[in-house]
Amino acid sequence: MEKKKFNILDHELVPEHIVLSKEEAEEVLKKFNIKPEQLPKILTTDPVVKAIGAKKGDIIKVIRRSKTALKSVVYRLVVEESEISPARDVSMEIFGEE
Amino acid sequence: MVETGVTKKIGRIEFGVLSPAEIRKMSATKVITADTYDDDGFPIPMGLMDPRLGVIEPGLRCKTCGLRAGKDGCPGHFGHIDLAMPVIHVGFVKEIRDCLRATCRNCGRILLPDERIEYYKRLREEYIKEKKDTSYILKAIINEVKDVEKCPRCGREVGKIELDKPTTFRENGKKLTPAEVREWLEKIPDEDLPLLDIERKAARPEWFVLTVLPVPPVTVRPSVTLETGERSEDDLTHKLVDIIRINQRLQENRDAGAPQLIVEDLWELLQYHVTTYLDNQTSGIPPARHRSGRPLKTLAQRLKGKEGRFRSNLSGKRVNFSARTVISPDPNLSINEVGVPIDMARELTVPIKVTEHNIEWCRMMVRRGSNPTTERGEYIPGVNYVIRERGGIKQRIKVTEKNKNDLAEKLEEGMIIERQLMDGDIVLFNRQPSLHRMSMMGHKVRIVPFKTFRFNLAVCPPYNADFDGDEMNLHVLQGEEARAEAEILLKVQEHILSPRFGGPIIGAIHDHISGCFLLTYGDRKISLDDATRILSNVPDKEKLPKIHTDENGKKFVYGKDIFSTILPKDLTISFPAKICSHPPLDDPKECPTKTCVIIEKGVLKQGVIDENAIGAFKGIIIDRIVRQKGVDAARKFIDQVTRLGIAAITTFGFTVGIDEEDIPVEAQRKIEEGIEKAKEKINQLIEIYKRGELEPLPGRSLEETLEMEIMRVTGKARDMAGEIASKYLGLNNSSVIMARSGARGSMLNLSQMAGCVGQQAVRGERIHRGYRGRTLPHFKEGDIGAEAKGFVSSSYKKGLSPTEYFFHSMGGREGLVDTAVRTSRSGYMQRRLINALENLKVEEDISVRDTDGAIIQFVYGEDGIDPTKSARGKAVDFDKIVTEIKGGK
Repeated sequence: MEKKKFNILDHELVPEHIVLSKEEAEEVLKKFNIKPEQLPKILTTDPVVKAIGAKKGDIIKVIRRSKTALKSVVYRLVVEESEISPARDVSMEIFGEE
Repeated sequence: MVETGVTKKIGRIEFGVLSPAEIRKMSATKVITADTYDDDGFPIPMGLMDPRLGVIEPGLRCKTCGLRAGKDGCPGHFGHIDLAMPVIHVGFVKEIRDCLRATCRNCGRILLPDERIEYYKRLREEYIKEKKDTSYILKAIINEVKDVEKCPRCGREVGKIELDKPTTFRENGKKLTPAEVREWLEKIPDEDLPLLDIERKAARPEWFVLTVLPVPPVTVRPSVTLETGERSEDDLTHKLVDIIRINQRLQENRDAGAPQLIVEDLWELLQYHVTTYLDNQTSGIPPARHRSGRPLKTLAQRLKGKEGRFRSNLSGKRVNFSARTVISPDPNLSINEVGVPIDMARELTVPIKVTEHNIEWCRMMVRRGSNPTTERGEYIPGVNYVIRERGGIKQRIKVTEKNKNDLAEKLEEGMIIERQLMDGDIVLFNRQPSLHRMSMMGHKVRIVPFKTFRFNLAVCPPYNADFDGDEMNLHVLQGEEARAEAEILLKVQEHILSPRFGGPIIGAIHDHISGCFLLTYGDRKISLDDATRILSNVPDKEKLPKIHTDENGKKFVYGKDIFSTILPKDLTISFPAKICSHPPLDDPKECPTKTCVIIEKGVLKQGVIDENAIGAFKGIIIDRIVRQKGVDAARKFIDQVTRLGIAAITTFGFTVGIDEEDIPVEAQRKIEEGIEKAKEKINQLIEIYKRGELEPLPGRSLEETLEMEIMRVTGKARDMAGEIASKYLGLNNSSVIMARSGARGSMLNLSQMAGCVGQQAVRGERIHRGYRGRTLPHFKEGDIGAEAKGFVSSSYKKGLSPTEYFFHSMGGREGLVDTAVRTSRSGYMQRRLINALENLKVEEDISVRDTDGAIIQFVYGEDGIDPTKSARGKAVDFDKIVTEIKGGK
């Protein structure tokens, strides 16, 4: 069977992703008064990131449909897998939980 | 209270591993005797209770520091045990394994060529600069070393290191003794340590193998003297005794030149004791046990888990000024009150600072003593303690009958009196599990007789409380700030609307709803006498009802008008009642049963008051009053509606009897016929199945299809029985009133009582387990008919047959097990969630952030709306505004 490439960006469950320009990114950081690391992350290996061709260090604007607000806009910083340290559950070690 | 003194800020904390030198340096004495006390009861020198390790008996002086035992005295001092042979520390086995794997046994260097080591060093610098987790570097090194066969420096062949849990290491299958391991680790040079993720300042790898064991001070492991005069030692002391004993034997045997085998056995035994001393739950070895068979609580057990130091003593603590007792209902209290028993009020106190403005009042209070009453013997608050500060030392003087007048005279500004609880004090009231913020609310105190906490029934839903033996806790606030905060944020009325769903969680329940339903259903006329009696229970009414006269000249009042007396005058609202069964209407006046509620300017024009109007979770009227008139008006309304409901139901009377579930014979016959038909249908289905003519449903096997079809038929049969039964059960039936008004129970409960109980199920399937091919010996093997698989055709009223009863119990048991399992599982889930989310905060720009300032949500809840302030999820209630504008014209 011929492999048909499906554009994931057309899927109804994939929200709109936009790579921000330098100026736009700067504006977002200024608006929230934050450094890029304080943004939520998205991996370079994420299918959508690959599809829109975002690079490490880019900021992506995601426009989602929301149950409460109809439309919600969030921003994500594109990172490589090695950059994120897995959230360690310290309670396991300190509090001795199963 | 202004405290003076130097405050210091902790800049940072460093953790490290104790070196043998350090252990010896901090040791007050070497411990060589496995005994604690001699026959005369004196501690043995160089024993485990040596007085140089600190003292526990009050009055005695410590031989090391000369301080006395107790509060600000001797903190205790460490001792040490010199181990005859080194042993592995269980807490560091993973680190030891990594070190052994990454380094050469001969030269101690990391098994990589220089340029690779340099590369990893640079990588490490980079990681530190970027604040990344450096443990990845060690992992990468170990991964790379795996394929190295010969040490690039000395050419020694690299052995395969295995960890034989818990504490044995093997090189190429050959056991390494702890002494050999230590020797190896000693060879690792300091400059390679950073790559092994060890900081030289904090540790040397050979310290992971113990040669000296610190002995904790006696203050850490106090012995207790029983009434019999017998001494009982702490678990740690027991374990240390074991260690010393084996250590001694090992030394003797080794020095005497005993055979290698015996020495090795003793060495292993010493390793076992040291391991269990550190952690008695190490997997792979049996836990050390007390003589009684109880596992010993050693070092790790003291810290770990729910009962450990962290969760039990540091994250949570026992507090003073708190009380706990059984709860019981009191419909005469307001929803923001709590009844506190006198005995408790006498113990619970509020500190009051004596100032120039209140000194006379304080004197009067102190003069009352600690157990004052009025002439009639009623409770009035007294004073338990007077606190004065002299030369920086706080003195607590107990107020007694003898010294009360004296103390009152000597009272000065700046002293503090601890006044007993009195009416109107604000306290925190709590029921566990505290799953949401409404589990802890501020109540005003009412001192009451007897021994239980009392509160209004409308507050049961937020606490999830009932009165089958539930207990609750109460905390008395001790500071002005705390009281102010409670007053503003925590009072019950501030929590009428739940942030969970934006509706009222406090409202009428059970009889309140039945009462209001009876009062407002239809055009009920109530004699003036009864009306007066009902209304006399409701204080502060908005208005009084109109009195009518009937054809016989008797005076009466409409029930709806009685309810209107508690509605705010400017309330205009309409909504369908719970018992309305019609589809949504544009005009509530068109309601076929005239049960849709229409309230105009505080008058109930049409409709019946039930769960939808005033119930907890639903109560539309309560919701509207909170939003329109504020929380205090809502509190007043709930107080009144509960009183009104109770007054109404007691006046009218309300009973349920078993004969109320009787249905006429013809109805019973109809139900029986229906059930017969259903059973026939099932038999037909089975026939079709056996003939192999059954069409399988998509994605189902033939058997599954048959089961599903049968389940559908039995479900239908029960519904049919319920329908027939409810035709004969009208609103003259108390159970029906309760079910339809939403007070308690459901129509399903009723149809099971009057009609048919229906199919019993375990794990969503008809009952199938039991004997081979059948559920019970009453049935033939292979019988898959209705009765044989748990269909209960009887009603509760009629009674169940023995087999039906058994099946019913099976279904019932599953329900019980489910709830038990569910509560524990969801409790743990809740804990994990709270642990993950407790630090999050909504900032001024309505973004949700963690403690690093990293953004979790850009706008709180994506819409930035507080559910308790919004109208069903919307910031603005457009419909309400439209109605108001239209109504205003």
